[in-house]
Amino acid sequence: MGKLDNFKRSLWVFHASGGSCNACDIEIVAALTPRYDVERFGIKLVGSPRHADVLLVTGAIPRDFADKLRRVYEQMPEPKAVVVVGNCGTSGGVFYDSYNIAGPIDEIIPVDVYVPGCPPRPEAIIDAVVKAWLKVEKLEKKLEGKEE
Amino acid sequence: MAKSTYYIPVGPIHPALKEPIRVEAEVEGEKIVKVDVKRGFAHRGIEYMGMKRNAIQTLYLSERICGICSISHPYAFVITAEKALGIEAPPRAQYIRTIIAELERIHSHILWLGVIAHEMGFDTLLFWTWKGREKVLDLLEFITGNRINYSMYMIGGARRDLKEKHIRAIKDAIDYYWKFTEHMKEIFLSDPVYKARTRNVAKVSKDIALKLNLVGPIARAAGIRMDVRQDMPYDAYADIDVRAVVPQDIVGEVYGDAYDVTMVRIYEIEQSLDIIEYCVDNLPEGKILAIPNYVALLAKIRRTKGEAIGAHEAPRGEVIHYLKFDGRDGPSVWKVIAPSYNNINSWGPLLIGAEVADIPIVVAYIDPCMCCNDRVAVVKTKDGNELGYTEIRKKCLEKTEKIRRELK
Ligand code: SF4
Repeated sequence: MGKLDNFKRSLWVFHASGGSCNACDIEIVAALTPRYDVERFGIKLVGSPRHADVLLVTGAIPRDFADKLRRVYEQMPEPKAVVVVGNCGTSGGVFYDSYNIAGPIDEIIPVDVYVPGCPPRPEAIIDAVVKAWLKVEKLEKKLEGKEE
Repeated sequence: MAKSTYYIPVGPIHPALKEPIRVEAEVEGEKIVKVDVKRGFAHRGIEYMGMKRNAIQTLYLSERICGICSISHPYAFVITAEKALGIEAPPRAQYIRTIIAELERIHSHILWLGVIAHEMGFDTLLFWTWKGREKVLDLLEFITGNRINYSMYMIGGARRDLKEKHIRAIKDAIDYYWKFTEHMKEIFLSDPVYKARTRNVAKVSKDIALKLNLVGPIARAAGIRMDVRQDMPYDAYADIDVRAVVPQDIVGEVYGDAYDVTMVRIYEIEQSLDIIEYCVDNLPEGKILAIPNYVALLAKIRRTKGEAIGAHEAPRGEVIHYLKFDGRDGPSVWKVIAPSYNNINSWGPLLIGAEVADIPIVVAYIDPCMCCNDRVAVVKTKDGNELGYTEIRKKCLEKTEKIRRELK
């Protein structure tokens, strides 16, 4: 794994929840609270996708939610990365044969990091965000024209 | 004419909402004059999937209806299935199930206290309560192997036994939470700002609560003595005299507002501690599964015909399941009713006339859980037209006719 050397600011994260069972969502919130406390790394949940570097998506995406998710993704400024938290967003998980699921998230928007688990532990979510961080940093370098 | 009302859409993706739901409000100055709640964004068709899988797979699926109270749906499911199939769980398993359900109530209520504090702007309080919540999650992880979605129940018993070390850890946690709830009472209930912010906000009278079929802590805060654990006791609750926690028993008066809901929830944590203490001290010996072999269990389900309704008092109110078995190894009909479905009905009357700044409290005070209650709300044809009820009924009749023809 690379080193974080180019990223000059804190990493801001936006969380969109689709047809999740909520467990992954509260594990994301748990990652913010004192036991795991990601804010000490500068990772912060923000209120608008326009401010975010990383998009966290949970849950299998129901049909009428798919275009809303696409819009959230499009609103995020470059460079950006997407993390899928949980089995059901990664592959459909327990909901694989539902009639109302628009498919795994990577069929709707491009995904960079998958966190398997049903639900994954907060440590795993933090690890995924750090991986996304590296990706965002690489993209930023590219945008600045500094090739590695 | 000058425009006097403005339209505020909230959701379905919104930072104040952890889950997708849409609230559309029309406001005149600070006052809300019209609201519309649109739900259905998290509908996954779980009941339908459950009717295609076998009962053990469906049990795991039922756990994923809701991840916050992730034992409530399996609990209602196993109770219903046991009733329908005529299986009885061994006493030790019944006690273990009750212990896990009450541990979950503790974590869920503390979670809600943190959320409501956050909605009001006390973020320090959110972090403090959630720090306290980690202890019970650790305990649940120690007993079941996972922080959330414990997979602890099985039709006819429980999947994991409690060992000596688990019982020690439970006792340790009980001591911790007696102190923690004392502390929470001080912070939430004696704080003048918290009281001023919640008194008379989201106020539900007994009449409205009955009319809207509100359930759980919301109904109890309005002074209604209802609790599935008291009214239709099951498992270890039958041995314990559980009484609904209502404000008139605590302070002698009922407001039915967000403050009362807070009080009811904090006292329910204490009630849970009492129940767990009793269960741990009186834990019966013996086996934990009525039919330990899953193949045999599925065979029994295939052989048995029957139907039943079962209920469990989840942290947010009553969860009701209906199951019908006829000749398949899974349910042929499965119907789930979750408490938030009733409780969300209170948003309309409570929001009209309220101030915009009170929306988060009204929305959060019932502790809504979208993923439990989302249904198919509107049906659209391919060209975007909405189908009215008559057309849906016509389609329904056509399908019946088709099936009738096929069966002939
Ligand atoms: S991955 Fe599992 S725990 Fe996470 S939202 Fe999906 S069903 Fe729930």
